[in-house]
Amino acid sequence: MSTVFINDIEIEVGPKENLVQAAERAGVEIPHYCWHHDLSVVASCRMCLVEVGEKKPDGTIAMIPKLVPACQTPAKPNTVVLTNSERVKKAQAQTLEFLLLNHPLDCSICDQAGECYLQDYTYKFGNAHSRLNEPKVQRVDKYHIGEQIALFTDRCVMCTRCVRFTREISGTSELQVTNRGSMEEIDIFPGEPCNNKLAGNVVDLCPVGALCSKDFLYKKRVWWLKTQNSVCQGCSTGCSIHVDQEDNRLYRLRPRENELAQGSFMCDEGRFGWKYVESESRLFGPRVGKLQVASQHHVAHVGNGSHASGNGTMVSHAQVALNELATVDPWPKVLDETRQAIKSVVDSGADRFAVVLSPMMFCEEAFILAKYIKSVNKRVMLALGVVPLVGEDDVYPKGPKGEPPAAGKAKFTIRAEKCPNRLGVEAVLKHFQGEVLRFETIADRLNTNKLDGMYLVGGYPDAWLDESMLSKFDGLSTLIVQDFLNSPLTDRATIVLASATFAERQGTVVNHAGLAQEVQQSIRGATDVRQDGRLLFELSQRQGMYNAASIRTEMAKEIPAFSAIAGEIGELGIQLFNTVEGKSA
Amino acid sequence: MNFEPVLLRRWGKPNSQSLETYRADGGYTALQKALAMEPPRVIEAVQKSGLRGRGGAGFSTGLKWTFLPKDVQGPIYLCINGDESEPGTFNNRVLLEEDPHQVLEGIVISGYATKSTTAYLYLRYEYGDCYRACEKAIQEMYANNLLGKNILGSGYSLDIYLHRGACAYICGEETGLIESLEGKRAWPRIKPPFPAIEGAFRRPTVVNNIETMACVTQILDRGPEWFQSLGIPSEHPKDPGSYGPKLYCISGHVNKPGLVELPLGITARELIDQHAGGVWKGRTAKAVVPGGISMGFLSADELDTKLDFVGPGKAGCLGLGTAAVIVIDDQTSMVDVLYNTCRFFAHESCGQCTPCREGTAWSAKILARIRAGQGTLKDLDTLTDISNSIGIMPGTTICGLADGAAWPIKNALKKFRPEFEEYITSGRRSQSFEVAGSH
Repeated sequence: MSTVFINDIEIEVGPKENLVQAAERAGVEIPHYCWHHDLSVVASCRMCLVEVGEKKPDGTIAMIPKLVPACQTPAKPNTVVLTNSERVKKAQAQTLEFLLLNHPLDCSICDQAGECYLQDYTYKFGNAHSRLNEPKVQRVDKYHIGEQIALFTDRCVMCTRCVRFTREISGTSELQVTNRGSMEEIDIFPGEPCNNKLAGNVVDLCPVGALCSKDFLYKKRVWWLKTQNSVCQGCSTGCSIHVDQEDNRLYRLRPRENELAQGSFMCDEGRFGWKYVESESRLFGPRVGKLQVASQHHVAHVGNGSHASGNGTMVSHAQVALNELATVDPWPKVLDETRQAIKSVVDSGADRFAVVLSPMMFCEEAFILAKYIKSVNKRVMLALGVVPLVGEDDVYPKGPKGEPPAAGKAKFTIRAEKCPNRLGVEAVLKHFQGEVLRFETIADRLNTNKLDGMYLVGGYPDAWLDESMLSKFDGLSTLIVQDFLNSPLTDRATIVLASATFAERQGTVVNHAGLAQEVQQSIRGATDVRQDGRLLFELSQRQGMYNAASIRTEMAKEIPAFSAIAGEIGELGIQLFNTVEGKSA
Repeated sequence: MNFEPVLLRRWGKPNSQSLETYRADGGYTALQKALAMEPPRVIEAVQKSGLRGRGGAGFSTGLKWTFLPKDVQGPIYLCINGDESEPGTFNNRVLLEEDPHQVLEGIVISGYATKSTTAYLYLRYEYGDCYRACEKAIQEMYANNLLGKNILGSGYSLDIYLHRGACAYICGEETGLIESLEGKRAWPRIKPPFPAIEGAFRRPTVVNNIETMACVTQILDRGPEWFQSLGIPSEHPKDPGSYGPKLYCISGHVNKPGLVELPLGITARELIDQHAGGVWKGRTAKAVVPGGISMGFLSADELDTKLDFVGPGKAGCLGLGTAAVIVIDDQTSMVDVLYNTCRFFAHESCGQCTPCREGTAWSAKILARIRAGQGTLKDLDTLTDISNSIGIMPGTTICGLADGAAWPIKNALKKFRPEFEEYITSGRRSQSFEVAGSH
């Protein structure tokens, strides 16, 4: 630790911090564009120029005559920093004037407006007017720069964050600077667009509106968006994310910086992979009884959080019944019948019934369901659902030939395990079942006709059972499926419990490294869709309302493995288990 | 003054590029002397001579060498900066075309002194004749054990690689040169670390100028005392003095443009009148560039400024630079001169730092507008402001290009402001151009 003085504020700073970070600790903002803590220092935007000196042991201060970039200057002991002197203010205003010279000032049609550092800094540190009498440099926008990203060339401030990202983090080096001087532009090599799996991050890194996400482009003014903390469900890395929503619609996911989890970034699979939340295949309400019309198609649609009717050819008796009850909550009746269905199978033989907990579930949900089932009958088998594995872990930065980095050099990993909470659900299973039974155990019992009924939780965004496996479920007299998407399995189900996606739920997931993080509810979801937690809460006939924090407290008391996460667990999460894999990128 | 050229003594002699004639004229004795000394003694000799780098910044060469870390494991690199692109400068070109062995001998001596394992001779692409002369000379050296393994039986080994740039001014900045040498875009690096600690290929590196290398050869040959006997001694303790011979390039509106070698400290007036045949067409000099366009302008009253390492600074210029004197006669418009200057820097700005990237282009555009008769007096204040922001306020950019772009603007507007004002006011009348709301 060393002591530095920022505008007379004395502050302790850690090792290897620069003056931007030191000032931040003191609550002083030093404006900067090119510097980013995860990228190399280039000190080229010259926005962070400050006056620097040293406080001598005798109390005198010796200032360096020239301005220095705060991002490049380490916060050594007794450094004195002035961020608000006349010279600094003049340099800041002048740099902003330079940056705005050829900027089109098209804020009114720019996606970045509202979260733009050019706007913010100009407001705080800039001049209200430009002295430019010359025509601005005209540049051609590059919509082709990537499948997910577009470059509005004239808005660029040449901070080169995006270029450094593709060189240092993704290792794919698609982006580069072309031309020289004021004619410089960010560009790709002809025919080699920036399509790496981390490409979306350059949009977040861009401090201005130059790089925009095509997915989000012109969809929503950012100041309308409301943000919740969440965790990406795409793989077991469990990236901390922000979920941006407005009026119950999701607009975008953004990485939320968390050194305990993934760092500062997220992959495009996660970033753009949330569209199933608005899928036309969403289940919008529960169903009791088998489908009358055999169909692999949708029973109903959900879009914009409102109801839409099915396409007419696929109406079950239950559907008709539910339509009659449109103004009445269908769930008490459905859950009653679910409990009876479970009971009747279990009564005929506890080992004829099995419950499958999905690794897509949150810890609290798995806990409530497991606890309930074991209270019905201790001998009912609890197993882990299918753990989706796709390929191998995808580790960045890539080498020149696309090879993964050497051990210990990883900066980001997209994991092959495409579920967020295997470890958490396994901990629940270990407690209630004593061991983690794999889905193969269930499959074996299905094959040998040892099961009559099953309660199966899905929650996978993609198809996860193949055709040959599906037909095995036909022999079951009771198949209760808790899921949010229509699937061949829900078609076969005797009871369908329409549950929610991560954006509509609240709970805890444990990532590959044993880090427990909370997913917050961002949107409400359709009226007759039950959040999984509440659904299970009501199924198990608990009193009161489902609340993740209070369930965690209960869980922490009962299961030693969860003792660290009683109640609130904070934004960054809590290290719950020490896995073999340990903490890594 | 009668001065017998030393660095240029072989210029114009028949076959002066060949090893044979170089040896016949006493070449490579300096190297033999150096190899007989311990490397630190060589550095001491160069330090004692007071040699300051001839590339522009004028930093003490011997002192620069001592910044290399002690007891280095692995390679040390010596980069020789032959990216001579400062407008008006051609001394390196003459040295390399006419007498490459003198420079190459200096490189081997410097390499020995700094314990470098490899030397890179970075040449601007346009210098094709230099390239061919050096290529041939290096071949001769390898064939005669003056390069390669165990040079002249001393146990010291050195390889020299010729590297051609791709026509960019910025590659003359030492870290820009290193980046370019590494195959990257020549964006100057932030310092620290300085090249002596982490330079080419992240190894300790020394970057020196071509003329500096020729001086090293002569210092070892004739002794530091000879070098010290030429030039201007230190005036005060902080000034390391201006010693030794210097190659002055003279171009522009003179009767006899060319390259002359003189002890440091000649005045601009002496140089023009005695060595360049005076200003052409019987005119007088309006302005003189003291050392490459980036150093700014001397006005007609300042022609008695001594062209040593401190003189131009005293007259409000940036420094001696490359000692490339450009004479501008009284019939030339300073607006045109400054426009040309600003256009050059706007074109050559590498575009890394915001102030330089935007400021150089902006100033060129303003001057273009003034020349088109659409300037306002306010523009002159804006230009002054731009020059203050891009280079004159210290620390605003990574490298010195912005300083070089700012100084001509600052000098021109300070020393020739009435001419600019006259140009604008008369031009406005003649074009009957009025900017609404101005004044």
